[in-house]
Amino acid sequence: MNTSLLFSLCGVALFLLGLYVALTTTVMLRRILAINIMGNGVFMLFIASAYRRGEDGVLVTDPVPHALVLTGIVVAVSATALALTLVCRLHELSHASHEGPK
Amino acid sequence: MSELMTGPALLAWLISLPLLGALASIALKHGGRWPALTVVIVNLGLACLLVASTQSAPLRYALGGWEAPLGIVLYADTLSAMMIGITALVGAVVSWYSLGYFAPGSSSERAFWPLWCLLLTALNTLFLSGDAFNLYVGLEILSLSAVALVTLSSGLEAIQAALRYLLVSLMGSLCYLLGVALLYQAYATLDLALLADVTGDGVLERAALALMVAGLLLKTALFPLHFWLPQAHAGAPAPVSALLSALVLKATFYLILRLWFDTLTEAATYLGALLLGLLGCAAILWGSLQALRAQRLKQLVAYSTVAQIGYLFALFPLLNDPRVADAAFDSVIYFVIAHACAKGAMFLAAGNILTAAGHGRLADLRAANLPSAITLFALAIAGVSLIGLPPTGGFIAKWLLLQSALQVGAWWLAGVVLLGGLLAAAYVFRVLAVCFDVSPPPTSMEASSQRTIVSAGRQWSALILALVALALGFLAAPVLDLFDANLVTD
Amino acid sequence: MSVLLPLILLSSLIPGIATFFVPEERARLRNTLNLGAALVKTSLVVALLVGVSQGELYEVRVALLPGVEFLLHADAWSLMFISLSSLLWLVTTLYAIGYLAHSRQRSRFFGFFSLCVFSTAGIALSGNLITFLIFYELLTLATYPLVVHKGTPESISAGRKYLAYTLFGGTLFLAGVVWLTAVAGPIEFSATGVLAGRSDLSPTLLQGIFLLLIAGLGVKAALVPLHSWLPASMVAPAPVSALLHAVAVVKAGAFGISRVVYDVYGVEFSAALGVTTPLAIAAAITILYGSTMALFQDGLKRRLAYSTVSQVSYIALGTAIAGPIATIGGIVHLVHQGLMKITLFFCAGNLDETLGITKVSQMNGVGRRMPWTMAAFTIAALGMIGVPPWRDSCRNGTSATAPWKAVPTG
Repeated sequence: MNTSLLFSLCGVALFLLGLYVALTTTVMLRRILAINIMGNGVFMLFIASAYRRGEDGVLVTDPVPHALVLTGIVVAVSATALALTLVCRLHELSHASHEGPK
Repeated sequence: MSELMTGPALLAWLISLPLLGALASIALKHGGRWPALTVVIVNLGLACLLVASTQSAPLRYALGGWEAPLGIVLYADTLSAMMIGITALVGAVVSWYSLGYFAPGSSSERAFWPLWCLLLTALNTLFLSGDAFNLYVGLEILSLSAVALVTLSSGLEAIQAALRYLLVSLMGSLCYLLGVALLYQAYATLDLALLADVTGDGVLERAALALMVAGLLLKTALFPLHFWLPQAHAGAPAPVSALLSALVLKATFYLILRLWFDTLTEAATYLGALLLGLLGCAAILWGSLQALRAQRLKQLVAYSTVAQIGYLFALFPLLNDPRVADAAFDSVIYFVIAHACAKGAMFLAAGNILTAAGHGRLADLRAANLPSAITLFALAIAGVSLIGLPPTGGFIAKWLLLQSALQVGAWWLAGVVLLGGLLAAAYVFRVLAVCFDVSPPPTSMEASSQRTIVSAGRQWSALILALVALALGFLAAPVLDLFDANLVTD
Repeated sequence: MSVLLPLILLSSLIPGIATFFVPEERARLRNTLNLGAALVKTSLVVALLVGVSQGELYEVRVALLPGVEFLLHADAWSLMFISLSSLLWLVTTLYAIGYLAHSRQRSRFFGFFSLCVFSTAGIALSGNLITFLIFYELLTLATYPLVVHKGTPESISAGRKYLAYTLFGGTLFLAGVVWLTAVAGPIEFSATGVLAGRSDLSPTLLQGIFLLLIAGLGVKAALVPLHSWLPASMVAPAPVSALLHAVAVVKAGAFGISRVVYDVYGVEFSAALGVTTPLAIAAAITILYGSTMALFQDGLKRRLAYSTVSQVSYIALGTAIAGPIATIGGIVHLVHQGLMKITLFFCAGNLDETLGITKVSQMNGVGRRMPWTMAAFTIAALGMIGVPPWRDSCRNGTSATAPWKAVPTG
């Protein structure tokens, strides 16, 4: 088992772990975190794929996956920000509607 | 300029223009609608140009001069041109409607225009991009802007629906991205055309295809992954519901079609297509039954979308069958464009009814507090197209589906489609019967006795989309001629 | 000269759409539009009759889909059906203008009324199964607003029943047409039947498709047990009942049955398939059932409705027996029943509007109060029964006693 495969398997394991929690938990914050972990798993898989043998059998590092992961992180950050904003708004609204009738 | 606009650079313009529009729209705080409207109109013109220039040969454009596998390639054939075209058309009409829907200067109006431009950027990216990772970015922009659009109606339920929609979308995108990562690990390229050449039918390709399709199915809301759709589509403001139902779902469906029949053709098995077909049939029946039981107007229309998505997937087994693949592909095209127009019109009309009556409870709606006949005609024509009765686009789609199903002896499929048509008739006429009902409403109805006038622009825009759905029923031969490339079938 | 066919269709489509835009209070404009359109259409039909009698061939083909054409043509049967419908449209428009003078939503009413006539004309002129199907479904859609025109809970539920039956029938018919097209290619009507020569298709398959087609058409033709929408939809205003439920809709079904038996399967071939006998039995049962039910109805319009149920089946019966004389009998019956039944419905409408009479048991002495109406009623009723000289009474049925029961009280 080489390093690259180990990292790939770790990535898949992280993805599955995140998926399991995201599907089972009812707490929104946990679900958002779980989805982030899913994303990290995929990013890890990408990073692992950067380490490959070229056509002449020499080990090379492929720069493209790094660029992809950077883009992916930016996307994940903005998605998380939106999700957190929505959770806050939801909290405010449900708070207001609980207060309202009193 | 003319060279810039007609050649392959057209593809870059189709993506960058809406993005610029979104930025300009944010920059101009109070007049945000003007850049957005300009973009929408120019986009319609560009889409027409694209349809015209893809007739002879597909267009290809390497961004920044960087060719694949390193760079990102934009690619457009007649199918992409069709999707761009229908998006531009529905988008333009919905924009016209939105002018009357959102109060000028309100916070929701200021948020709507930039977000809608972003949504258009994402849609055009998804239809044009030939790069798997670029598609992921497009998917994320699509979900983020779509979710933000849903939150424009600020009720508790809408926010809940939006949050659920966002999380489901993110999970779907990540599933897709995992598939992309697997492919990259094996083939070190993200270009779809290159992948199509090198991939076979190994375990890895199948796993990648399964993951990518599963992620996209979650976003396309195929039964039983549709659970997030009714609340999100019913809770959003009317023009947003129209955009989500008519266009956003079609974008992810388009990607599935591309992956299944263009990129990973060999990994796509008949068994998988059959499974998608069976799920599609289940969606037709389940969505229609839920629409029959719906208490509110927009809920009914949203469940009807669940059913209509089912028709698209019901065609998958036929698309895989070489005897009828051509007719089935025509049917897919027609279902996509007829549903886009009809469902768009239906949501816009439903929005008018909601404004005029002040509520959307089907049991309490009466002819007296409905908007004028223009909206009702839009509702009726759109409904007839959804049922699949002549002479509408929906009928042509259904006819092609039934004909190809019977040609290969798929009786079960024909049976489900016919039954689905009857169920659709039942739920559509639940709404249409209201238009004639003059009996007094139930006694608990004092609150909604006042009637709001709905502006003419909102009424006519709904009718125009419905009339397009009607015209598609007459113009099937020329329309199919325009979009009928044999890219999927060979 | 084939442009005449689309012109005939447009002569009711365009005024129909225009009528929707006429403001409610502009009654004169609306009436002029409708009567003018009916006159134009009648004269176009006369021109068509003249042309066909001089041996001209009328045909319009437009590609609807790859391999599927939209086809209009004029043969003897179309001419007969279209002459009947345009003539009756003219008369019914006149009647409806008076009948609905103080009703609400008249623009909507006359608009859909014209769309119905448009669909009926399309049914008459259609030259292949898919064109027939298009207009057949359009007729269902255009009649619905007329059935529920009053907007009362009663008419809404009648409309629901009407749709449930006709759309179900339409679905069966669609299934039959698609199936036949899928196995045998596009089906054009021809005088000898197009399937007769096709030895490549299995008889069982063709029998199955025949059953689907006839069941689909039988809903509109009100064959028992698919008939019960017809009495229910008598809640509609009298002109609607008259033109549509006694004439256009049920006749469209009967016309379709004849088209399928003669022009698609061919008489001899369908007899050889053994499908005409069940059709004849169904028609015979319908005739007996409709007549018997009519005898026990007190509501005048319901009684007329059941009479229609039985009368229209004579056409199906004539088709199913399939001899040359029986066919001519059936066609003559189609025209004749149309003329007579519309008169009866007009009279029923008059009685209802003027005296508020809707039941047979209220009709004592009505002849003295409305002599002209009842004179017309008597003539039409005698015609229905088949008394000479109104009709060559080759087949009087028991159903004819239904209006007869009403007459002596007048």
